[in-house]
Amino acid sequence: MTSAAELLDPALRVEALASLLTERGLIDETTIDTFIKTYEQSVGPMNGAKVVARAWTDAEYRIRLLAEGTPAIAELGFKGPQGEHIVVLENTPTVHNVVVCTLCSCYPWPVLGLPPSWYKDPAYRSRVVREPRQVLREFGLDLDDHVEIRVHDSSSEVRYMVLPERPAGTENLSEEDLAALVTRDAMVGVAKVAAP
Amino acid sequence: MDGIHDVGGMQGFGHVQELTSAPPFGEPWEGKAFAIGALAARIAGTNLHAFRHAIERVPPREYLRGYWNRWTIGAQIMMEDSGIVTDQEVRARAARLSGRDVAEPPPPAPHKPQMPSGGPGNLRSVESPPAFAVGDRVLAGDLHPAGHTRLPRYVRGRIGIVAALQPGAVFPDTAAHFLGENPQHCYAVEFDSRELWGPDAEPFRLFIDLFEPYLEPVT
Repeated sequence: MTSAAELLDPALRVEALASLLTERGLIDETTIDTFIKTYEQSVGPMNGAKVVARAWTDAEYRIRLLAEGTPAIAELGFKGPQGEHIVVLENTPTVHNVVVCTLCSCYPWPVLGLPPSWYKDPAYRSRVVREPRQVLREFGLDLDDHVEIRVHDSSSEVRYMVLPERPAGTENLSEEDLAALVTRDAMVGVAKVAAP
Repeated sequence: MDGIHDVGGMQGFGHVQELTSAPPFGEPWEGKAFAIGALAARIAGTNLHAFRHAIERVPPREYLRGYWNRWTIGAQIMMEDSGIVTDQEVRARAARLSGRDVAEPPPPAPHKPQMPSGGPGNLRSVESPPAFAVGDRVLAGDLHPAGHTRLPRYVRGRIGIVAALQPGAVFPDTAAHFLGENPQHCYAVEFDSRELWGPDAEPFRLFIDLFEPYLEPVT
């Protein structure tokens, strides 16, 4: 890779690389498809949503989750790459946590899957550590001035997930119905969970 | 390295992208790119830190062309380093796939790095006791290593407070260069926004995980 070289079309580069690696027996179609299907279908924010809904409905679980995220999350069967040590941050009416990785795209895969495009984009990564209130406003989240903002830059192997506030008016919902309300954005800390 | 990847606090990237519930891969080639990158460290006999460092070495104009592009080129750079493929081969194959009849160069001779592993994952116990405790004031060093580091520019030379002791872990700065796992203590360090961005900064606190060699005591 030299900087002076002509730019290749990204899709064509992937095809060329895949073709060479397949020829050398270093990758195969089945393995590639398994990776893709896993992160398209089994590992995603629906996992984290179950963790949140459990914490909202089970006070003991919530205590365990906030004290030590990784084993509490594993209780629901979620573990794996990019989830060696997960810290869960509790959002409250007075404290709002938001997560970023300024250096690359570190993200808690077992609970949230692969990061969305906006999370990996330099605009979010550069600005949320400098003007988080303004960034949240651009995303549509206008926090009151009295709310304290805490920004977490994922610069080590520790991964962060936000436990959002449970919306009002959801007292009678089942754990499953609650999980359906929880969004990826709320678990990164760029949105709140809306009431149904 | 002081590269294009270290964007924390940079200005000029514009409005943040819209929040969407789009699937992880917008197009089939992106899924394939993900899988190749996810397998690349195994194929090249390297590690996660080396992969991150390879992405950091993607030329800026390619880095800014999009996420799966820099991910793929990072994977390629790491495989070039281990003698798995060459850029000439990739370009020749790309040309042939585009219907141009070009000659393909011979494959390189593999030379994978040999660094002993302390086991799966990156969490490790550290023999020495931690140098800092919760509540200690610490200075993030004004360090500019030529290689991989997880000390971003925007905290260098700034004073923070240790907020938590994280699990000990493989030290990225040495592991990325196959110089050993060299496990280190790691701390969540809290910085006041005004310490980072001056007196007119939005009021907030910034927490970042920093390895012990990045930190100096403040008395």
